[in-house]
Amino acid sequence: MVAMLEPELCEKGATIETVLDTPEGKRILTCIQCGMCAGTCPYGEYMDYPPRRIINMLRRGFIEEVFKSDSMLRCVACYACMSKCPRGIRLSDVLLPIVKEQTLINQPEIPAELQKTLQNTLRYGNPMGESSRKRVNWATANGTKVPIMAEIKRPVDVLWFVECYTAYYQRGQDNSRAVAKLFNALGIDFAILGNEEKCAGDCGQLTWESGLFETLTDYNMEIFKKYKFNRIVTGDAHAFNAFRIRYPMYGFNYPVEHTTGLFARCLPQLKPKLTKKLNYTVTYHDACCLGRRAGLYDEPRDLLLAIPGIKLVEMTHNRVNSICCGGGGGGMWLDTFFKQKGMERLSERRVKEAIATGADVIAVSCPYEIYRFEDALKVIPHDKPIIVRDVVELLAEALGD
Amino acid sequence: MNIFVLLKLVPDTVEELEIAGDGKSLEAEVLRFKQSDPDEHAVEQAILLKEKCSSKVTVVALESPEVDDALFTALAKGADRAVKLTGNLINAQSFAAAQMLANFLKPEGASLPADTLILLRGQSIDDLEGEIGPFLAELLGLPYVCVVTSVVPEGGSVTVMKEFAGGLRGEFAVPMPAVIGIQSAEKPPRYVPFAKIKAIQKTAKIETVDVTPPDSLTRFGVERMYKPEAVGRAQMLEGASEEVADKLVEVLAKNSLI
Repeated sequence: MVAMLEPELCEKGATIETVLDTPEGKRILTCIQCGMCAGTCPYGEYMDYPPRRIINMLRRGFIEEVFKSDSMLRCVACYACMSKCPRGIRLSDVLLPIVKEQTLINQPEIPAELQKTLQNTLRYGNPMGESSRKRVNWATANGTKVPIMAEIKRPVDVLWFVECYTAYYQRGQDNSRAVAKLFNALGIDFAILGNEEKCAGDCGQLTWESGLFETLTDYNMEIFKKYKFNRIVTGDAHAFNAFRIRYPMYGFNYPVEHTTGLFARCLPQLKPKLTKKLNYTVTYHDACCLGRRAGLYDEPRDLLLAIPGIKLVEMTHNRVNSICCGGGGGGMWLDTFFKQKGMERLSERRVKEAIATGADVIAVSCPYEIYRFEDALKVIPHDKPIIVRDVVELLAEALGD
Repeated sequence: MNIFVLLKLVPDTVEELEIAGDGKSLEAEVLRFKQSDPDEHAVEQAILLKEKCSSKVTVVALESPEVDDALFTALAKGADRAVKLTGNLINAQSFAAAQMLANFLKPEGASLPADTLILLRGQSIDDLEGEIGPFLAELLGLPYVCVVTSVVPEGGSVTVMKEFAGGLRGEFAVPMPAVIGIQSAEKPPRYVPFAKIKAIQKTAKIETVDVTPPDSLTRFGVERMYKPEAVGRAQMLEGASEEVADKLVEVLAKNSLI
């Protein structure tokens, strides 16, 4: 847990040649080769080079061999290794992204799904390759009315960064509609960027396409400058992560909150409005970027417990030990690759744990998890029905009318 | 070998296309362009050939919006040289484009080196007939084979695999110089990290060559452009799922589909 407690930023310009000369590099040199990273990694057993071995290869001058392997494609950027490292080495923040970038450059072929995703994100500003002009459609369909910055032409308190999955995918839009409903219920003055918004680039950065990430960062930073607002709120755990950790390196200095954190802070005003009883037994899945990376363990649980009728049960792995849904670091677009390599989908491993709790609902707080878990539930046998809902969806449901 | 790859951008159909006010063209304001898939395969095939036997790869395109990105991407993938033909060429149709490309590839009085291979798309979404390849080959007096899925150099010729309808394939030995219309490369087009493209943009240059447009850029005029019209032939089956399934089977059987 040492790494998480340190507030200083990672260095933006570090390369594989220079990393050992940086303060972080000095810390890499102190690695005691204990193997905690490999042991805690959900895919550690499938990696030729788990973090411990990467460090050893780097220190002994054999790092080129690591780049020739596709081992790093198995990293789902879940921060498990970094949060457990007894030396506080910032594996997920500094070293692993650099190795990923070199892997991407050195592999003769990269998995087609991932390739397409990176190309789509560059061209259309979203990984699914949808038209950038349709990004705002969810906000104008079905009678929903969401204020858009370019249209209202006035400063707002909250700039709501919607993000891709929550803008384009049907089940993600449920999340966005819930957030809009909650903002309105709380009387929050907010607006979205609409079609001007592009992917924040968190997973582009974590698969370490630094050029792609910087292009998206430059773009979004320019758009932010166009408008006046006090803070940025996003329902996407990955956008939250990007704004918290990476964007400040490019001059970003807006206060940023994830919807879960914001609503938890507003709980005194929100709780009296949660009047509808939801008789669910719920198990909460900690999102990597909120839990391990930002320490938001209690906020989502407090929100769930504020809903009348909800009973909370925990999975075997929870909080810092939570298992990634498998979507981070590009994993969202590597399912075929993982399958070819005989690797179990982490989402399947996770829903098995959720099923074992006997819960009716898996509550999540990252838009990737809706798809990953709903998909996994289709193939993992279970007798008792179990559904996947974002925490904000449950809150909106409990709002009553 | 001396390989030329000819590139052209096509309208990006992810963005919805709109018909312009004149009813004869696409609304330019909402139009975005992208490299067509067969072009990307032609580039990939050229780079694969370069990796196998030492070759010089030149990518060539007529000036058009967003074309620089495509040329830089090809350079980042391993092409040696990028050339953009400039002039007032925006409305050039296939024949005019072939004339200008032919003049660039073989200026009057010159002759093409014997190890020249010209690769281009077999077809593109706005030229499904794939006219430009045959036009160009005819103007240069070279052999042309299209719908090609592999290219293997052997001495002064190349052995190419051509696809036919019905799953048939044919192997052809084509003497060089030659024009080859690529359907797909031997491997999927490679990924090039965007950082590499950005680095190339700083270090490499696109050569521009001014060309004199032929007397006429167009050989035919467009009368009317319109979106597919809905004719309402869809038949909705209603009822419980069992009934709908039965009706569906009936329809399929009636139309000899099962």
